Amino acid sequence: MPNIYELANPVRFERLARPAIPWLAGATVILLGAGLYFSLFNSPADYQQSDSVRIMYVHVPAAWMALFTYTFLTMASAIGFVWKHPLADVAAKETAPIGAAFTLLALLTGALWGKPMWGAWWVWDARLTSVLILFFLYLGYIAVWRAFDDKARAARLAAILSFVGFVNIPIIKFSVDWWNSLHQPASVFRKGGPSIDPSMLTPLFLMAIAYTVFFAAALLQSMLNELAARRLTRLEAAETKTGSVLVES
Amino acid sequence: MRALSAIILRDLKLAFRAGGGSMQAVSFFAIVIVLFALAIGPDIPLISKIASPLLWACALLSTLISLDQIYRADREDGSLDVIVATSEELVVTCVAKAAAHWLSTGLPLILATPALAILLNLEAGAYGPLILSLLIGTPGLSLIGAFAAALTVSLPRASLLISIIVSPLFVPILIFGSGAATAGAGGDPQFMSNLMLLGASTLFAAIFAPLASAAALRSNLD
Repeated sequence: MPNIYELANPVRFERLARPAIPWLAGATVILLGAGLYFSLFNSPADYQQSDSVRIMYVHVPAAWMALFTYTFLTMASAIGFVWKHPLADVAAKETAPIGAAFTLLALLTGALWGKPMWGAWWVWDARLTSVLILFFLYLGYIAVWRAFDDKARAARLAAILSFVGFVNIPIIKFSVDWWNSLHQPASVFRKGGPSIDPSMLTPLFLMAIAYTVFFAAALLQSMLNELAARRLTRLEAAETKTGSVLVES
Repeated sequence: MRALSAIILRDLKLAFRAGGGSMQAVSFFAIVIVLFALAIGPDIPLISKIASPLLWACALLSTLISLDQIYRADREDGSLDVIVATSEELVVTCVAKAAAHWLSTGLPLILATPALAILLNLEAGAYGPLILSLLIGTPGLSLIGAFAAALTVSLPRASLLISIIVSPLFVPILIFGSGAATAGAGGDPQFMSNLMLLGASTLFAAIFAPLASAAALRSNLD
């Protein structure tokens, strides 16, 4: 296992990441297929929610991922901020759009479930509001990266913002315990074991693993894209420089 | 301590003398309140009912538009480089900048609130909780806002970016502040708990926002 400093070399990183992506992408397809099969066809309908419960298998793992990716983003930012690790900065930058997409997916599927169950697309509830804020935090983080030309400076400033925004993560996690929420409390990761039937846990965990593997594949691919884009910028800059020298001479 | 008061005094002079922007936020506050009242129409009971949350949200918006000023002028005339290079504790300097911003923007907004509350027919019992919650909450807005200003100081124009960064961070203060103002008016027991959480948010901001501001200033000026 190479240590993180060896991985700081983009060429070495590429050599490890590039062959891993097809495997991760293939695993995503298989896991997602199996997960969707169990969620949509091979799991019982809820005695109260009937078939609407199947939205949960898309919604709950997306919400888990929204929190996980922000935590991952903050940790990568911390590694980049403290050890000046350039690939950690790239990882943090490329995590943000994927995390924002998971957050949006959780919000949209939650709204689709909320309409038949609660009678409203949206309620201003602690859990829903704090996840919406998480979405805006992702947008702010992406905006900071886009605003600065100097990548090193953008990385440091975006990292500082991610540390400040991390305050929201425990608020989201515990919002259902701290406030009287319409949203149901944690029913899988809780003291005394899950309160969900095993027949419903299978599709839930399959979907969660599928999302995680998808995240790994998408992150590695976008990191490779970003590294290629930066190399292109450097080459173009070098070309204009030599070009102007030729004109002067 | 002397550095702290020196920066606060200097910023206050700059804000209140000719060319200072201190009254702009208050004017904006008044205009937005009037726009809201006009948009809602002459439904006095409705306006009176939503007056507290409306004043809270508009005070927040007025703070928002003034944030870009905090470090901008100092950056342009070079004094920010001197302040950062010479201050022994940059964190204390960041506290001073946020305090000066609150004194020149937050406090005038609070002073203007009763007059605007009359326009909105706020009931008599609601003035106290509203002013109290604003007094506790707006310093938190200045502290968090100063962080966003520090984060974007090296950009030529940043007011829109500041709004995007800072709005999600303002949300707890808005919820607890507006919640305390509304609960206090109705004699709701949730008044105290909202006020406590509001105070906690401001204190939390007082600890972490200056640290983050100092780190952001250093990253912006190297």
